[in-house]
Amino acid sequence: MTLDRRQLIVAATGAALAAALPKALGAQDRGRVVVVGGGYGGATAARALAGFGHDVTLVERNANYVSCPGSNAVLGGFADMSALTFPLSGVARPGVRLVQDAAIDIDPVGRTVVLAGGELLGWDRLVLSPGVDLRFDALPGYDEAATEAMPHAWKAGPQTALLRAQIEAMDAGGLVVIAPPANPYRCPPGPYERASLIAHYLSQNKPASRILILDAKEAFSKQPLFMEAWDRLYPGMIEFRPPSFGGRVVSVDPAARTLQTDFDEVKADVANVIPPQRAGHIATVAGVADETGWCPVSGVTFESDLVSGIHVIGDACAPGAMPKSAFSANAQAKVLAQALDALFRGETPQSPKLANTCYSLAAPDYGFTVAGVYDEHDGKLSEIAEAGGLSPLGASSDVRALEAEYARSWYGAITREAFAG
Amino acid sequence: MRRVLAILLCISATASLAQQAPPGATTCSGCHGAGSTLSLDGLTAAEIETAMAAFRDGSRPATLMGRLAAGFTPDEIAAIAAWIATERSVE
Repeated sequence: MTLDRRQLIVAATGAALAAALPKALGAQDRGRVVVVGGGYGGATAARALAGFGHDVTLVERNANYVSCPGSNAVLGGFADMSALTFPLSGVARPGVRLVQDAAIDIDPVGRTVVLAGGELLGWDRLVLSPGVDLRFDALPGYDEAATEAMPHAWKAGPQTALLRAQIEAMDAGGLVVIAPPANPYRCPPGPYERASLIAHYLSQNKPASRILILDAKEAFSKQPLFMEAWDRLYPGMIEFRPPSFGGRVVSVDPAARTLQTDFDEVKADVANVIPPQRAGHIATVAGVADETGWCPVSGVTFESDLVSGIHVIGDACAPGAMPKSAFSANAQAKVLAQALDALFRGETPQSPKLANTCYSLAAPDYGFTVAGVYDEHDGKLSEIAEAGGLSPLGASSDVRALEAEYARSWYGAITREAFAG
Repeated sequence: MRRVLAILLCISATASLAQQAPPGATTCSGCHGAGSTLSLDGLTAAEIETAMAAFRDGSRPATLMGRLAAGFTPDEIAAIAAWIATERSVE
């Protein structure tokens, strides 16, 4: 038999890697890891750590994870809630024990987690991937009860369905108000994708309706691309009002469905208030959140700067420059798993590189991206200036359609890696 | 030769979960893993490396990959390509 070029390359690669193999994982190197939170970060981390041979318990309170990525397509009327919903059981793989329960207390000295059901779990390393909590103390009038009249829909699930129902029930010619928070928050381009896809639905069903974005910041993620798309696809339908034009919301009245800005009072037919956020509550319980509400961590191991042995990934963490996205959470989870494996073996974790890609849709067949590549300096992640950035302005509709297709491909790949068995 | 090849492939397959992924390599499966229409299955390390080099210098048109490839050195790209080609042999 003779080998062709491809076989030779495969054989040579195998030989080179075989020579560089680390030692096999011994029983004494097997770590006990508890992962709290079964979203994009936690589910990926649990599966990756088990893949290295470690003993993993994943604690998630809900039987199903409902994805925020993709949820704006439900609001736009071209996806069902079922496309966002992933059963916790799908995360199962050998080495991962799934526990449907809520973590309520953490002892970082005794290295235990207490669950609401009474179980006590011990760990060598604890991974928190708690996502965000919405702050109901930040905007006067917007408390938990207000979310029925003015859905945030910033945690996908019943809130997504509620906002969709309100948009469907709105009279033609109505006003939808979206009120995004100041930075930082989960999914920076999300409110503007949301405006776009609600406009997609309204332009086809209630074309005289309008969307007003009352924003707490002067500029937003992918702004030139969104503005270009709005001009092309929904001319005159979407208005962006930054604080300098009186856009900052200072209070809301859910019963009247009004929003008070610095400048005037706006009466909405549908009001989507996205309040400021902080790391999920368990991070505060663990003592890993600082005065900003987020969790400063190492950009190498994602270990907390505040409490040793506890690692935080995903939207809750502040490792440096990465944005709060599902892509970031998934990428961080895989770097974390490799770093923990090294620590359990008594080796030094390598300085990592990570990428982020955020797809946004302005219509079902109109997509674009922001991307970034990150490396580590002095223990924190920083963005590489020569890389990343936005899709080009002025691209053809074919290019926008291709990026929309790639957005769907990305969703298929990342949800399978995190959640799908 | 057939036996040598089989042994080499077995070694890389059984060890690959514990194989040290080089910096940046594990990010790729977020888009290119199983379930993607942009799977890297069937590509050799050399083919991945060549494609990334072309994305990096702009000679291959791309929607996104040019912006990502610009963040990696040729040596980093070579290491990532070799790891991806080997890692896939597990599946």
